[in-house]
Amino acid sequence: MLLSDAEWQALILSLQISLVAVSLALPFAILVAVALARGTFPGKALLDGLVHLPLVLPPVVMGYLLLLTFGTRAPLGAWLFETFGIRLVFSWTGAALAAAIVTFPFQVRAIRLALEAVDPGLVAAAATLGAGPVDRFLTITLPLALPGIVAGAITAFAASLGEFGAIITFVSNIPGETRTLPLAIYTAIQTPGGEAAAARLVALSIGLALLGLTLSEIAARRVRALVGP
Amino acid sequence: MTLAVDVGIRRSPFHLNARFAVDEPGVTALFGPSGAGKSTLVQAIAGLIRPERGRIVIDQEVVFDAAERIAVPAWRRRAGYVFQDGRLFPHLTVEGNLRFGARRHRGAGAEPAFRAMVELLGLDGLLARRPRSLSGGEKQRVALGRALLANPRILLLDEPLSALDEGRKGEILPFLARIRDDTQVPIVYVTHSLDELTRLADTLVILDRGEVVATAPVAEALADLELLPYTGAYDAGAIVTAEIDSHDRADQLSLLAFDGGRLWVPLLDQAPGAPVRARVRARDVVVALSEPADSSANNLVPATVSGWREGAGAHVDLQLRAGSATLLARITRRSFRRLGLASGTPVVAVIKAVSVESGGTRATAEPV
Repeated sequence: MLLSDAEWQALILSLQISLVAVSLALPFAILVAVALARGTFPGKALLDGLVHLPLVLPPVVMGYLLLLTFGTRAPLGAWLFETFGIRLVFSWTGAALAAAIVTFPFQVRAIRLALEAVDPGLVAAAATLGAGPVDRFLTITLPLALPGIVAGAITAFAASLGEFGAIITFVSNIPGETRTLPLAIYTAIQTPGGEAAAARLVALSIGLALLGLTLSEIAARRVRALVGP
Repeated sequence: MTLAVDVGIRRSPFHLNARFAVDEPGVTALFGPSGAGKSTLVQAIAGLIRPERGRIVIDQEVVFDAAERIAVPAWRRRAGYVFQDGRLFPHLTVEGNLRFGARRHRGAGAEPAFRAMVELLGLDGLLARRPRSLSGGEKQRVALGRALLANPRILLLDEPLSALDEGRKGEILPFLARIRDDTQVPIVYVTHSLDELTRLADTLVILDRGEVVATAPVAEALADLELLPYTGAYDAGAIVTAEIDSHDRADQLSLLAFDGGRLWVPLLDQAPGAPVRARVRARDVVVALSEPADSSANNLVPATVSGWREGAGAHVDLQLRAGSATLLARITRRSFRRLGLASGTPVVAVIKAVSVESGGTRATAEPV
């Protein structure tokens, strides 16, 4: 292939981090989306604002806040390290956490819209057939919202692949550990004579984006055929 | 007590204040104009909305009591509900829809019950299909089966035919009649169609502007002159409960016998002895003082005028008694005067057309 080992590494790492970030955030995104779509509770506006914060804050700020929270000198980071041996800074798991948080609003928004679009009449029909609240959510609301959930996950995955600021600030730019595609491109550009490598990585990114778009379109169509009206 | 309802629900433009009870299996029709509060009432019975005041008892269980702060949630009420728009789950097959409620009730959804329901509603060829590929009539049949397979204590049908065109309605009515006859589940049937309630209802609860105007057996209610403003209009008519006496295959006619007379109707396919319900519209009845000697009408029923009510226009509605049956006749004010009719006048009812509902298998309204 045209790619060097380091470039392959960056590609695999990007995919791995994005995948973990999306799967990690998905259950929480569903919970928060349900709370925002259906719930009425004090502090709902605050939760809504908090969830959308990463959308309006510069990623670098998010990365710095993560560093302040999970750094080995920070109370939470120190406790995690001493109790479980988990160190998030300078590790790919930290990159996944950063990507998860930064792309969290994308998931919540898509899932919330999908939940709100589910016909409450169908949920009422399920109730008259003997399905309790949790049962109704799992067998009616969730399956019918699935296209939206898939769309949200795909958007978040794509956004994760491109995350730069939060990752480089929080977990730095370590080859083979936290150097994802965008970081590799940045490094190549900063390196004298790295233009060819940068061009290859840029082409790779474009190809990846196109592939992702196609796959997401296919997935959305499949899911819609499965649950569609 | 199968169902007892006494509730107050705040709704614009009026408050719903309704009280009625159903004591035995059969079809209770909630009848009234659009916006009378019929759907609101069944939604309250199902537990989909919560009344401000009152009490609802289903099968001896108090499912709602505002004073006692009892409100059993919809999913624990075992009140089957068929919605106007079907509301089939689009992500499940027909079979998945049918089994949805059955899975959630012990004692329900046994395989024989499932097969029997599929048979009863003619759903065999549809089981693997998705709801979106079904016709409106098929959807409502699936919705009916789904509700019944959940083993409900009461079946609430909320204008189940109103979204269908005339042809489709005729397709579903026989199934509804079969459910009425084959299951012991009491049915509350919301409708504003006189035709549907004539064919299906046993008891009529008439609602107007959120109030119950009357509760009575359907034949009685339809022949009640006081209720004509609600049951009448253009299509006022009485119901005659009869049984098939004999068939005249040469002339393609069947003879119905009822307490009070006999009626010829277009040939029916049931055996003699079968009970049928005949509907005689007021405007299809001509009144004569003696038997007309040379009339084309086959049905001449001796009767006595038992009451009348002047309509807004040129007509007078007469109530006629023939044995234990009651008929309505709509004649002009002028004829009424000319014949010198009064309560007790013996007359002959000349009936131009009869429509027959018998187990829902046939409905005709042809001159005989």
